[in-house]
Amino acid sequence: MSWKAGSKLEKLLSQGHFVVTGEVGPPKHASPDGILHHAELLKDYVDAINLTDNQTAIVRMSSIAAGVHVLRAGCEPIIQMTVRDRNRIALQSDLLGAYSLGIRNVLCLSGDHQSFGNHPTAKNVHDIDSIQLIRIVKDLRDEKRFACGEEIKEHEPRFFIGAAANPFADPFEFRVLRLEKKINAGADFIQTQCIFDMERFERFMAMVRERGLHKKAYILAGVTPLKSARAARYMQQSVAGMIVPEEIVNRMEKAKDPKAEGVAICVEQIKHLRTIEGVAGVHIMAIMWEDIIPTIVKEAGLYPRPQVE
Amino acid sequence: MIVAEAKPLAEIAELLGEVRKILVVGCGGCVTVCLAGGEKEVGIMAAALRMMYKKKGKELETIEVTLTRQCDPEYVQMLEKYITEDVDCILSLACGVGVQFLAERYNKWVIPALNTKFAGGTIEHGVWEERCGLCGECILHKTGGICPIIRCSKSILNGPCGGSQNGRCEVNKDIPCAWQLIYDRLKALNKLELLLEIQPPKDWSKARDGGPRKVVREDVRIE
Repeated sequence: MSWKAGSKLEKLLSQGHFVVTGEVGPPKHASPDGILHHAELLKDYVDAINLTDNQTAIVRMSSIAAGVHVLRAGCEPIIQMTVRDRNRIALQSDLLGAYSLGIRNVLCLSGDHQSFGNHPTAKNVHDIDSIQLIRIVKDLRDEKRFACGEEIKEHEPRFFIGAAANPFADPFEFRVLRLEKKINAGADFIQTQCIFDMERFERFMAMVRERGLHKKAYILAGVTPLKSARAARYMQQSVAGMIVPEEIVNRMEKAKDPKAEGVAICVEQIKHLRTIEGVAGVHIMAIMWEDIIPTIVKEAGLYPRPQVE
Repeated sequence: MIVAEAKPLAEIAELLGEVRKILVVGCGGCVTVCLAGGEKEVGIMAAALRMMYKKKGKELETIEVTLTRQCDPEYVQMLEKYITEDVDCILSLACGVGVQFLAERYNKWVIPALNTKFAGGTIEHGVWEERCGLCGECILHKTGGICPIIRCSKSILNGPCGGSQNGRCEVNKDIPCAWQLIYDRLKALNKLELLLEIQPPKDWSKARDGGPRKVVREDVRIE
């Protein structure tokens, strides 16, 4: 079998394993200790770790540097790369650098607008969009060409290419078609926005299957354990592109132990997602609560993790 | 048109500083239409500045002139007769183009009274909105006449991004999502297939990214 990138993530997915990925936010400082700690903690419970790229436009350690720390801890990184802060020159340069450092998975994103972050007076770049970035990463690998068309004479970067999908954004009926655009552009795997509205996600997946997209790319369903009723309400009311049903907020409000309830809801969601045809794995985004991931993975019956054959 | 907005009066007074006589110059073009720098605004601003200086016990003489257009040397030269030795500076109520044309023509300190905002149009009396990103290569035929370059907060060419909800942009609920508008319009015109094509990266060299731009029309040049 010839691999596109040969990453552990690609191998596990192609061998039909139900994959588990987690997410770690790089620190707002220059020490690798926190990342190394999380990577150590998660390495037996997830197959790969996403490193966010200055999420919500707050300055943090670069996803590539953080990915290298994850690698050193013996874990597989997926670096996130947004088109908000770098033009096509910087993005390709960083892709070459990331590959040279051993990174094999990249998730291509638009990025949260800088007005949300800690530098709202910054100039944004948006030279290209996320779909164009996917195509560029694919062309670097499969056509051995830079975005300008110039040939890469040797050592082309061969990434396993990820893209995001948000079934909870609008217009809903266009979301599957946009996912198809991303897959046509070159996405090998998809990680979705956190799913709380299962009914809407089921409708999304039905449309995905109708167009056969689950056979063209691996779809990892995003989940987020809720830590408190306040967090649930905040996500429901203030996070763009997110739908949190009232029923879930109520459950969190009534819970005697909200954290345990958050974990229970997340585990139920994962068990349900496993039964949906076309879902190839889950992506656990435990925001500021990475330490809970092993518990969730165990309770969801996804431990131990498979080894690459 | 170019839409502009007056700087706060206190800021203008601070920029002027210790002056005794100034030329307050309006423009009869876009800034007259958007009520920022026409003859009327020149009169109001000059009067307000005089009052402000008077309250501080200072004398300020203002000479008010409104040119047909400040972005045209033919009209800019008409200011010549007012440029006397005792004029301390020129306060221009034009867009950034007009300010520069005055500064290029006259050996006087020129101060901008307006902030130049965008290329847009009037939505209702007193409300103007941005419509054109001046990118140098129009793609409106692909997007149903709605510009994603300037109306999408991320200038996405293959939108909408995951932040579009209920027709609104993630940046602010007051901003309509340009890609929702494009989607609705193409759907109504039965042209949704246009959205399925992957739009390649844009050639920004036609925009400001290629350096300051110039248009030359040989066919209309004299000589």
